[in-house]
Amino acid sequence: MAEKILAVLEQREVSLKKVSFESASVVVSLSNQLGLSAEAVVVGNEITNLNDLSKYGIGKVAHFKNEQLANYSPTAYTDAIASFAKETGAKILVFPNTAMGVDLAPRVAVRLNAGVVMDCMKLEVKDNDVVATRPVYAGKALIDVKLTSDIKIFTIRPNVFKPQNVDSTSFEINVQPVDNPNLKTRVTSFKKSEGKLDVAEADIIVSGGRGMKGPENFHLIEELADVLGAAVGASRAVVDAGWRPHREQVGQTGKTVSPSLYIACGISGAIQHLAGMSSSKYIVAINKDKDAPIFNVADYGIAGDVFEILPALTEEIKKLKS
Amino acid sequence: MKIAVCISQVPDTATRIKIGADHKSIDPTGVTFIINPYDEFAIEEALKTKEKIGGDSLVYVLSVGDDSVKETLRKALAMGADEAILLKDSNKKDSFGIAKALADEIKNLGCELVFMGKQSVDFDSGITGQLVAEMLGYNCVSVVVDFKLDGNKIIAEREIEGGREVVETELPAVITAQKGLNEPRYASLKGIMAAKKKTIAEKPANDFNGYTEILDMHLPPSKQPGRILGTDKSAVPELVRLLREEAKVI
Repeated sequence: MAEKILAVLEQREVSLKKVSFESASVVVSLSNQLGLSAEAVVVGNEITNLNDLSKYGIGKVAHFKNEQLANYSPTAYTDAIASFAKETGAKILVFPNTAMGVDLAPRVAVRLNAGVVMDCMKLEVKDNDVVATRPVYAGKALIDVKLTSDIKIFTIRPNVFKPQNVDSTSFEINVQPVDNPNLKTRVTSFKKSEGKLDVAEADIIVSGGRGMKGPENFHLIEELADVLGAAVGASRAVVDAGWRPHREQVGQTGKTVSPSLYIACGISGAIQHLAGMSSSKYIVAINKDKDAPIFNVADYGIAGDVFEILPALTEEIKKLKS
Repeated sequence: MKIAVCISQVPDTATRIKIGADHKSIDPTGVTFIINPYDEFAIEEALKTKEKIGGDSLVYVLSVGDDSVKETLRKALAMGADEAILLKDSNKKDSFGIAKALADEIKNLGCELVFMGKQSVDFDSGITGQLVAEMLGYNCVSVVVDFKLDGNKIIAEREIEGGREVVETELPAVITAQKGLNEPRYASLKGIMAAKKKTIAEKPANDFNGYTEILDMHLPPSKQPGRILGTDKSAVPELVRLLREEAKVI
């Protein structure tokens, strides 16, 4: 029996998150290159879309189930995943680099005496070992690293590894009921924020900076985000000024993002902001100052007035979508 | 109660990174080092907690690094921390190795409550707090934007995608601070003067360097500057066409 590589999946509100399929796909690809057997593990209560994993080549998923585990509990989730990894003798675990993954992966690492590389943007097999590439200094530099521990843990940045469709040759779900989960630390409720989408997960981000001139003008950003199904982002300057909440901040002391499309409006492009968004696939800059550094990383730019261009862009996209 | 705050020193966020000659670290020439921004929230929360519970509570500030970190430790003393301890090491790059050194010292001091920034803005892993907690068998809430301690009981709010989780746990615990948790105080002149007189305790950190081997550090591929399509709204249809037909992102 080949040794195992495990995809640790994340569920929220009864379904697996998109990034879970990215973890699954990464694990299947690594398993083929390393001659390991790919499995998945998830902790939660009801999960409706577990069968979808069979589209990504996963043969087996272990579902640790208890109604008290519908919400995240660091203690109970760590117990379940660490003991499952020990039991199955897993050599590699791949977590999503989400709020849950970042909280959970290091805890499991301590239990397994495993090294951990966070926020990987590339995982390559070289000489039968995994070499991970991850950003440091918020993306101002990249490092290639490998782990010297026997068991290895990697977390992957959402939206970077595209899930590959490979039908599983066989597929089974092993439901494992959890008795008396350790709920010493537990989530008791969730306060949803007003924004519809989070910048860390969005495929398109429309971001505003000081050039928006005041919080009262951000409706222009929101309207464009709305027609694109995008998340609203912000520069540090406008967050520090109190125009926008910190959760929207993109950059070195905010979130580092890699969406397919990043539209920067009235953002000049300070180093710490560029670090957080320049790995976006396509960047559009709209800024009055044609010499602003943001144009150096933009694929397409309009060197004009955001107050004129934003409404026109929103209208044009509305036309396209209708 | 004994409270620990773990801090680190990082390049100023306005720094333009140059890769060092070893191709495994940055070139520190001309780089200004500052206290990790998230650690300021951790220090503030520790001081607030001490003020609230009163009695003979003490705030210890800890860091792993070389002599240059003393300046940052002094800043924490100036803000109001009682004692500073430098765990001397110039080699640790791996969170696991750093966490082990911190956990050993926290155990040694007998701190029941530990604060640190949610991530250090250099290697950005965001895991040291969770590692320390797990090594000590402490509870842990990470990325905290609201913290309440009532006796032994902790109610904290942590930031996640799309909202905040309300988390309940109890002491002993490690809390990692996110921006928004509080407004860090400025050091008073009196604080700064007092900090100058304080001795920073120095101890060797343990020699476990963790599990990460850095093979190479490099700059991200530079982007070709793109096209400026125009200077007013007449460029909008062309922009939309390119996004749709060339970039295929909308």
